[in-house]
Amino acid sequence: MNFISHIGRYVLMMYATFSWPDKLSIIWKRFVTECVNIGISSLSIVLIISTFIGVAVTTQVGELLSAEWIPDYTLGYTIRQMSMLEFSPTIISLILAGKVGSNIAGEIGTMRVTEQIDALDIMGVNSQNYLIFPKIMASMFTFPLLVIYSMIASIYGGAFICEITGLRDVDTYVMGTRYYFDEEAFTVYYALLKPVIFGFIIASISAYYGYYTKGGALDVGKSGTKSVVTSSILILLFDVIISQIMFK
Amino acid sequence: MIELKNISKSFNGVQILHDINFKFETGKVNLIIGQSGSGKSVLTKCIVGLHEPDVGSVLYDERDFTSMKRRKRKSIRKEIGMLFQHSALFDSMTVEENVAYPLTMFTNMEEEEIRERVNFCLNRVELENKNHLFPSEISGGMQKRVAIARAIAMKPRYLFCDEPNSGLDPKTSIVIDNLIKDITYEYEMTTVVITHDMNSVIEIGDNIMFIYEGKKWWEGDNKAIIKTDNPEINDFVYASSFMKTLKDKLSN
Repeated sequence: MNFISHIGRYVLMMYATFSWPDKLSIIWKRFVTECVNIGISSLSIVLIISTFIGVAVTTQVGELLSAEWIPDYTLGYTIRQMSMLEFSPTIISLILAGKVGSNIAGEIGTMRVTEQIDALDIMGVNSQNYLIFPKIMASMFTFPLLVIYSMIASIYGGAFICEITGLRDVDTYVMGTRYYFDEEAFTVYYALLKPVIFGFIIASISAYYGYYTKGGALDVGKSGTKSVVTSSILILLFDVIISQIMFK
Repeated sequence: MIELKNISKSFNGVQILHDINFKFETGKVNLIIGQSGSGKSVLTKCIVGLHEPDVGSVLYDERDFTSMKRRKRKSIRKEIGMLFQHSALFDSMTVEENVAYPLTMFTNMEEEEIRERVNFCLNRVELENKNHLFPSEISGGMQKRVAIARAIAMKPRYLFCDEPNSGLDPKTSIVIDNLIKDITYEYEMTTVVITHDMNSVIEIGDNIMFIYEGKKWWEGDNKAIIKTDNPEINDFVYASSFMKTLKDKLSN
């Protein structure tokens, strides 16, 4: 299949996915379940990665910014900007592309090869809407919350290492994280817009590869890999596009 | 009754089905038989609308399913129950939730009514006290019975069974065959069974279509298939040494 055919099939799938649900109450229940599967189950990995990255980056940047003419609060400011602008929205989304994306492609792909999707279609259920819509909406809803959680964890990780090693005074570090915050409020919108878009990309691309899986267990694995690779590339591409639009 | 009119289907230029005409009768167990790769599954998928035939039409009690819009098809789909080769139960749901699924999705029944209907269907397939188990926790034969219970939950007019005996031992196969036969007569359904199993053919085949190289090669009932001298059917029916011996003994 060529690139244009994939685009066409993806658009048609999205059209069916966003059509009116057969039963709203069932879709709502599935949305809540997916929020738990996608959001709550990712809390621990986001916490661990964000805290450790916060600790590591604070340690390294703290050393780099140790010249006397650089104010001490610069470290806190730098960590905040790093977390808000790039690390939490983009890097965490790339990690979630691996965790959530492969999970979605694997689940839907297995349903395809075990004829569960055929069973839904024969019953008259809009299988795309029933399976994919709640996953996309749950990703778009929970990813920004995970990003906020990641920002807090990485900034706290920095404060923690300052406290433990005495790299900077914690109060000064905290002052740095608050520095110039009101004037740069748009970075919050920027940081929260990105995960909404990335959530859509990850869930829809993974669902696409899962939904059109053909064959057996091996092909389900391949669909998982393709979904992670494609959504990671698209996340990076859209990261550039969004930053070009919002910072100009 | 389900009527097939001039069904043809090809994939990537390879003709799979050639001009198939047939009538699946109401209140009878209709069989589609044939060798692997003969086009049985493609034909079934064309009948239930998972594939669109290139030419021809499928009529469900004179309603042309092939030319219907998606919304109108939905009303016919609610009259269809299907038992898949590997059961196709939703593995994230319990036995009870699987059977209740079409009822919660398409009816406005109260929870209590749904539970009653689910229990009735599970009792009908002789599965009791398995409501809260997941498909992975029950045997292959039980999974088939749950799939039958799910298929009959909406009181369908048409029942499709894709190789219902595959992967089952001979004794369980007979149980499943008898169940299919009983519910077909009991609910006056149009049942279509796709099978390789010669025991099923002899036991439940009221109306049989034999497909060979994508063409309807022969039709008749379970008595006629034993007596026919058609060489392609004999190759299929008497492929096993057991059936050959049986035939020799009967002819002697």
